[in-house]
Amino acid sequence: MCLGIPGKIAEIYEKDSLKMAKVDFGGIAKEACLAYTPEAEVGQYALIHVGFAISLMDEEEAQETLKLIQEMVDLEDEIPR
Amino acid sequence: MKYLDEYRDPIKVKTLLREIESAVTKNWVIMEICGGQTHAFLHNGLDAMLPPQIELVHGPGCPVCVTPLEQIDRALAIASHPDVIFTSYGDMLRVPGSSKDLFAVRAQGGDVRIVYSPLEAVQIAEANPDKQVVFFAIGFETTAPANAMAVLQAKNKNIKNFSVLVSHVRVPPAMEAILGSKTNRVQGFLAAGHVCAVMGFHEYPPIAEKYRVPIVVTGFEPIDLLNGLLAAVKQLESGQAVAENQYQRAVKFEGNESAQRTIRSVFQSTDRKWRGIGVIPQSGWGLSPEFQEFDAERRFDVENIFTQESSLCIAGEILQGLKKPPQCPAFGKQCTQQSPLGAPMVSAEGACAAYYRYHREAIYG
Repeated sequence: MCLGIPGKIAEIYEKDSLKMAKVDFGGIAKEACLAYTPEAEVGQYALIHVGFAISLMDEEEAQETLKLIQEMVDLEDEIPR
Repeated sequence: MKYLDEYRDPIKVKTLLREIESAVTKNWVIMEICGGQTHAFLHNGLDAMLPPQIELVHGPGCPVCVTPLEQIDRALAIASHPDVIFTSYGDMLRVPGSSKDLFAVRAQGGDVRIVYSPLEAVQIAEANPDKQVVFFAIGFETTAPANAMAVLQAKNKNIKNFSVLVSHVRVPPAMEAILGSKTNRVQGFLAAGHVCAVMGFHEYPPIAEKYRVPIVVTGFEPIDLLNGLLAAVKQLESGQAVAENQYQRAVKFEGNESAQRTIRSVFQSTDRKWRGIGVIPQSGWGLSPEFQEFDAERRFDVENIFTQESSLCIAGEILQGLKKPPQCPAFGKQCTQQSPLGAPMVSAEGACAAYYRYHREAIYG
């Protein structure tokens, strides 16, 4: 139930006085509520859970995590095993 | 898909496994709290690739699993009313109550509908003014913002035929209940990433300090899981016990404050009974006084339904990490995914379902 999935915000609109979005999950589009991420913009990725964006994905942090692990991989390659 | 695929890279997975292997010198018991993480570990076969010193135990973070039997019985009683449209997240429909499940109610003519978002339940109420529409508001902190917003919408739009059967639980009190138990074996936690996306992790440093356990906020992809585990092992090996975040792309220390404000306005802290565990004080949320009119338990007078749980099912021990599913005498025998005895065998996040699906050798030897 807590399986949030990151999706790309394709379109933003208002419905029943709530900020809503059409969100693209790799080709599948679903509606999500942006009430808790009002700063969201089209093109950004949001973590969607039971029809609500609960956080916006932080691209810098995402790259940083991958970079740190890539450094571990590179370091391993240098050490003869 | 972006933010998923790059965290499944097998080269990085292998490197992280080797890092964990070289970091570990002693035996450690680490609990992943979230059932989604249990499934991700087993689905990817990561549990079998970890060094033998690390024992993963599976936590109570499966909302379907911890919802007590009597709450299911209350749902069944409400859903059986002829003028009720009962709406729920799909997971709940197959969870057995004392005598049947919600699917059986539907088969007997009840109007039971699966919704993806609780806002859909509000729309159903608007479209069916002559019916009572009830939403089964279960879940941890992750579903609370959505469930709270549905109640708020109903209030704002003056929708009188909508109500919620609330069974909300929270992670930190469950962690404290596990750590405070005499039988506790857990030495470190992987904290549930999406719970923390909503709540942040400011509740965790005091727990880490009080019980001397590392708590690492962890995501759901293979690299996230191993990265979280590596951080926990490093802390354990060096005698540290702090709360740290290994899911930075989705989680901030303070969490989603707007969601927390809405949760606080609609819900208030309350005691909750956990399946197989019992009552944990102040471990969940119920409707706050201003929203009592939306309380389905009062509207349908089901507050006094109490039920004894099956003596055969050891869900309580499973959910506290005391036993693994194959240690249950009913596992794979009287209890299967086709005919589950307890909720952990039903849910897509339940530990028993994960073992049943991915560890068939546990059944067939």
